[in-house]
Amino acid sequence: MIWLDTLVQGLLLGGLYALFAAGLSLVFGIMRLVNLAHGDLIVLGAYLILGIGTATGLNPFLAALLALPVMFALGMALQAGLLNRVLGEDILPPLLVTFGLSVVIQNGLLTAFSADSRKLPLGPVEAASVPLGPVTIGTMPLLTFGSAILVILALNWLFYRTALGRAFRATSDDPVTAQLMGIRPQRIFAVATGIALVVATIAALYLGARANFDPSIGPARLLYAFEAVIIGGLGSLWGTLAGGLVIGVAQAFGAALNPEWQILAGHIAFVLVLLLRPRGLFPRALD
Amino acid sequence: MSALLQVSGLTAHYGDFQALFGVDLALEPGEVLAIIGANGAGKTTLMRAITGIARVSGGTITLAGAPISGRPAPDILRAGIAMVPEGRRLFPSLTVEENLKIGAHARRGSGFWDLERIFALFPVLKERRAHPGTALSGGQQQMVAIGRALMSNPSVLLCDELSLGLAPVVIREIYAAFPMIRDSGTALLVVEQDIGQALKMADQVHCMMEGRIRLSGRPQDLSREAIHDAYFGVSHG
Repeated sequence: MIWLDTLVQGLLLGGLYALFAAGLSLVFGIMRLVNLAHGDLIVLGAYLILGIGTATGLNPFLAALLALPVMFALGMALQAGLLNRVLGEDILPPLLVTFGLSVVIQNGLLTAFSADSRKLPLGPVEAASVPLGPVTIGTMPLLTFGSAILVILALNWLFYRTALGRAFRATSDDPVTAQLMGIRPQRIFAVATGIALVVATIAALYLGARANFDPSIGPARLLYAFEAVIIGGLGSLWGTLAGGLVIGVAQAFGAALNPEWQILAGHIAFVLVLLLRPRGLFPRALD
Repeated sequence: MSALLQVSGLTAHYGDFQALFGVDLALEPGEVLAIIGANGAGKTTLMRAITGIARVSGGTITLAGAPISGRPAPDILRAGIAMVPEGRRLFPSLTVEENLKIGAHARRGSGFWDLERIFALFPVLKERRAHPGTALSGGQQQMVAIGRALMSNPSVLLCDELSLGLAPVVIREIYAAFPMIRDSGTALLVVEQDIGQALKMADQVHCMMEGRIRLSGRPQDLSREAIHDAYFGVSHG
């Protein structure tokens, strides 16, 4: 029975990793940009929710609702003002710029909020749980998992059922021909990064509610996000969810065997998938 | 009174290489202008320059009297110039119907061309509307590319090498759609290597060589020898 419990806890943890990864996957899928500051932007989102909550007295869920449009605007401004300038044939400049951005965000947060650990205070819901057959599931992990499914469903709807999604896919396929359709790729990229930061803010809410955070934890979240995206197959949103679940389950079983093996087990699962299916579980052609 | 599309003294460069040398042309509403010439004559560069994909280094382009040269491609599409690019360039991750709809991305309001009219023009596309655009035969892909460009309801449609790689029967089928496009009021600027096809459908023909227009005229006024000489650069001096 303990194995079933471990599996369920792993799947729920995987939902959080899928939320970390969804924004990264979206941006990579549309503009082939690997955003090395993605983890730090999630942490920035968590501090923004904390700041709004502290200033207004709202609980973190409502504070996150207010943070969403702010992060969307930040994403658009970041893309339009900085990242669009370095996107091109050469993949190195965006990597360097987002790496620099990661350092800037970390140090900015350190200056503004110090290195102390923080947590988003949710109240009684943090300890609440629901019995589900033979296992008991924490309400927050369940909410996290449900949010991950909803985010992936919403992004898929956006991608495959809307005019904006068509423009995303067309620009991703061929940005030059997309311009002949009247599409302005740089504007499309700005909207995509705005949406990615909306997803990052949802991830930030659960990150900050689940565990302590401080300005330095972004890069580790980025690593999990990367692994989830690559396990799932680059550019596939459902694959990204699957990738998050694989890492979550591997970590849960690793931790069940030996608490020190939790993180290592996730990385080993990543390496195994890379060895056996280098294009990931759901490469885009099969999406 | 300037023409609908007026190109004057157009020059274009790729780095140090000059691809166009002072090209002039004029296109009236509903007119078909064919540009013929061998590979490397500058035909595609001319099309790309008009649509804003290639940078213009000199000269002017006006559409209905308004200057458009140097403006970005999405603005030129909005002004009323659409292009069927060489090699069709359909979007692989879009279905046939989505490829057509993306052509109307920048359109505001209604116009003659909509999805139903495109399906009336090329009925086979309606049957295959849910298939990926790139899963179609070459001829059908060309129909999608033409339909996609028409969906913006352009006043000028540029077609680059429509017949490239297609069987003669398919080429005839595609060009059979031209009268309906003309009748909708759209002017056509067509780059074509198939000289016979170009002479058959065009009101005017320009023959390009090495970035210059070497010969111009109405098809019925141009002798086979004159076209041959301009096409291959033969001089009888």
